[in-house]
Amino acid sequence: MISSRVVLKLAIGSYLVLFFVYLFLPLVFMSVVAFNTSTIPQVTPWEGFTFNWFRVLFADSQMWDALINSFIVAFFVVIISVPIGLAASLLLTRLQFKARNSFYAILVSPLLMPGIIIGISTFLFWDKAFHLSGGLWTAIMAQSTFISGYCMLLIMARAQRFNKTQEDAAFDLGATHRQVFLKITLPFLKPALITAAALAFMQSFENYNSTLFAIGFEQTLPIYIGSKLRSFISPAMNALACIFILITITGAVVYEVMRRREAIKR
Amino acid sequence: MNQYIGQDIEIIDVGMHYEGSPKAALNNINVHIKAGEFFSFLGPSGCGKTTLLRLIAGFLDPTEGQIRIGEKDMCRIGPNKRPTAMIFQNLALFTLMTVSENIAFGLEMRGVSLDKRRKKAEELLELVNLPGVGNKKVSDLSGGQMQRVAIARGLAVEPSVLLLDEPLSALDLKLRQHMRTELRQIQKRTGVTFIYITHDQGEALTMSDRIGVMSADGRIEQIATADNLYNKPNTAFVADFVGANNSFMATVKTANNGHAVVETSFGFLTGINPQQLSSGQQAIAFVRPEVISVLEESKSEENTIKCRVKNISFEGAFVTIFLDVDGKEAFIMRRHNDGTSLFPEIDSEIDVCFGTHNTRLLADGACFHA
Amino acid sequence: MRKLRQDAIRQFGTFGILLILGTVGFWVICMILLPQLIMIDYSFRPFLPLREIGGPEDNYTLKNYMVLFTNEFHRIIFIKTIWASVIVTVTALFVCYPISFYLAKVAKGARFSLILVGLIIPYWINELLRIFAWQLILSDAGVLNQFLLTINIIADPINFRAGNGAVIMGMVYAYILFMVFPLYNAMESLDRNQIDAAHDLGASWPRIHWHIVIPHAKPGIAVGCIMTFMLAAGSIAAPQLLGSPSSFWFTQIIYTNFETANWNQGAAYSMVLAGLCLIFIFSMMKIFKVNLRAIAK
Ligand SMILES: Nc1ncnc2c1ncn2[C@@H]1O[C@H](COP(=O)(O)OP(=O)(O)OP(=O)(O)O)[C@@H](O)[C@H]1O
Ligand SMILES: [Mg+2]
Repeated sequence: MISSRVVLKLAIGSYLVLFFVYLFLPLVFMSVVAFNTSTIPQVTPWEGFTFNWFRVLFADSQMWDALINSFIVAFFVVIISVPIGLAASLLLTRLQFKARNSFYAILVSPLLMPGIIIGISTFLFWDKAFHLSGGLWTAIMAQSTFISGYCMLLIMARAQRFNKTQEDAAFDLGATHRQVFLKITLPFLKPALITAAALAFMQSFENYNSTLFAIGFEQTLPIYIGSKLRSFISPAMNALACIFILITITGAVVYEVMRRREAIKR
Repeated sequence: MNQYIGQDIEIIDVGMHYEGSPKAALNNINVHIKAGEFFSFLGPSGCGKTTLLRLIAGFLDPTEGQIRIGEKDMCRIGPNKRPTAMIFQNLALFTLMTVSENIAFGLEMRGVSLDKRRKKAEELLELVNLPGVGNKKVSDLSGGQMQRVAIARGLAVEPSVLLLDEPLSALDLKLRQHMRTELRQIQKRTGVTFIYITHDQGEALTMSDRIGVMSADGRIEQIATADNLYNKPNTAFVADFVGANNSFMATVKTANNGHAVVETSFGFLTGINPQQLSSGQQAIAFVRPEVISVLEESKSEENTIKCRVKNISFEGAFVTIFLDVDGKEAFIMRRHNDGTSLFPEIDSEIDVCFGTHNTRLLADGACFHA
Repeated sequence: MRKLRQDAIRQFGTFGILLILGTVGFWVICMILLPQLIMIDYSFRPFLPLREIGGPEDNYTLKNYMVLFTNEFHRIIFIKTIWASVIVTVTALFVCYPISFYLAKVAKGARFSLILVGLIIPYWINELLRIFAWQLILSDAGVLNQFLLTINIIADPINFRAGNGAVIMGMVYAYILFMVFPLYNAMESLDRNQIDAAHDLGASWPRIHWHIVIPHAKPGIAVGCIMTFMLAAGSIAAPQLLGSPSSFWFTQIIYTNFETANWNQGAAYSMVLAGLCLIFIFSMMKIFKVNLRAIAK
């Protein structure tokens, strides 16, 4: 007789395997296609191994332009969102006011709204108010609208754990508000700020929905990918995906190694 | 160590009412603390001690009255501009800095050069008996060491007044007693005015030049030296709060010349009448357990009570005897154990006596009940 | 108010509080509120040729919203978008519940980190590419058809992309993470002893989940559902890449409006979509009895 425990274990095991097959198999197919000679992106028939699609990808000047734009946009999104998130989290954690909850609701609302709505409203706003038609700037604004919200939540989580008497003590010892902020508050929040910056960068780098409506005729990398995938599908996109996957896995491995080193050091 | 100049602090008619709270946290506080004094505020938890200290430090503005430091009105002067330094209830050391950086923080804010800061930090670590830990992280210190670092950090800015908010409450008993002497020494050595806040009467009584006792509703009950506070409490609250005390409910019969006669359920008592109670008023007669003795021959200026021994508890140096009068009016007496005395037997009837000068008759106000 | 001002100045200094208010004010006013208001304004104005804008014809009207009722095609697609998004949400919930529970309460040590990394890696790859991967699987010459043909289950390729199935599949795949992490966060705080105690008292696994885990994970379930529904209803990449002409999505109508420069109609439909998401958020909050603070964690 097989005990029910074993059955349970087997069930859990097979679920886990299935889940991760479901998660990763599509990515495996996608990577494989990048090396198939066939001009149509498909796994079978296998027409031979090639690096050609990477060459095609790298030769595409549009891709490079889009990549540069992506970096520009992400850079500015970080520059804008992290300070906004910081300011908002300070406001919400330090001051008690009646409308606090409604105010909070307004601040997190961009996180709960579909990205395209943020993209559209930002586009319309800059067009109407400043006659600025869609471009990198509006894309930056659209992305920052909701990315600031993520930054705020992240920073707030840490700010809530801050023991305010440290600030009082610094103040009591003669520090000015600026000195207290730079010497006490900011160092404490630093880890959260770094995480927020990294998150903002990644969110910006892969944003499609908001950007699509706000960016006009410019392209960031996701917009470029979108337009390629919708028009002429070439395995060059698989090559790009392959590079993404490689970078991600490298990042994950490096992170894990560093984490273990830290753990050993402790 | 003459860089410190203590200053007078005058707290004049100060009241504090937090917005949105139903009652005032502090009422009508009047204290004049002299330069170089070690002054303690003693009161039960929640009586507004921290509030008072934060008012002096400048974190709060009083809703009424005035605070003056060295003759100067402190109204609207922020904590960073006042000649005070505060030791916080939780110490509030800067966890991301080293010990030296902590101590030198105030100087850094004043633009003192790194060299001078280092020197000063070392000096102060010597002062608080903690040499050589300057480069350690704050989190690597023990509780008592953190305590000293916090004090050194406060002293580094050469304040006229050091404000200490129950700084010893987080330490274990032994360390607490050790730090009492140390704090007192540091205060003597520097001459800085110390304002010390505690709910622990042992701390207040052993360290302070003077003590202000606060009641639970945020009033000052009495300001006195430790022995006066213990021996001559002026209100029922103080008599009850400071030290152990027996209390007997009574009604004033006659009063004259600072003395009065009161009637209790078991007869008349004569005692000192500091509040000038007049006949007919309700009063409580307070008698310390250690002033009561077994009656040997009656003297005229003594009160006597006929009572029954309920229990005897032997505590080494002391013996506590639990007594009552006809099953009511339980009280205790405490005798020094000199090794030869005989103690009464349980359930025996005895007469006890105590001096009229040791009997204090105080109005039946709000008592402290622990 | 006076108190608040004093408090603020005491906390941050005059300059500090001005800086904070300026920054947050810019965000709230110029990035959140005004754009929304302008979009609302657009949505209530008729679509006019450029020279007539601001002219006598340019009055507030409900016309743009009425199109949703008069245009049958739009109405059908709108309703389809709603139910398809609900399907995506429910499917994602069922797929993610076990893994979230496993991650939160069962997995430990190295296995835990491995699963976590395994979940995050696909999330770092662009949403478009994640969806594209399914195109490779579901297209006529795709992996699935090839596989079925090889093992002789079918004679001719099936057009998986004809209906809404492909789009729904792709969305579930693309937004799984947004369901896993809220669930995980909520379950993580559940005391393992509660589960053991229930187990000890003879409760079966389904009962334990129904009576202990799910009630505890309610806020997480609400958040996960809200996020997934919002992403699905507002998704444009998935229908663009995986859909066929027969599986148009509401967002695509909005996109077409903008392509044809009919911003007014697009704005109105955006408002409709926003309203839909709001209704969904409020119903989730009602159903799971959670408040906004728990949601935005
Ligand atoms: N920021 C505040 N707002 C409203 N009421 C407050 C505030 N801070 C303190 N109080 C109230 O004022 C009273 C005095 O508080 P305070 O902290 O001064 O007491 P404390 O004597 O220091 O107590 P403890 O011995 O517990 O530290 C309490 O009733 C407290 O609830
Ligand atoms: Mg206190």
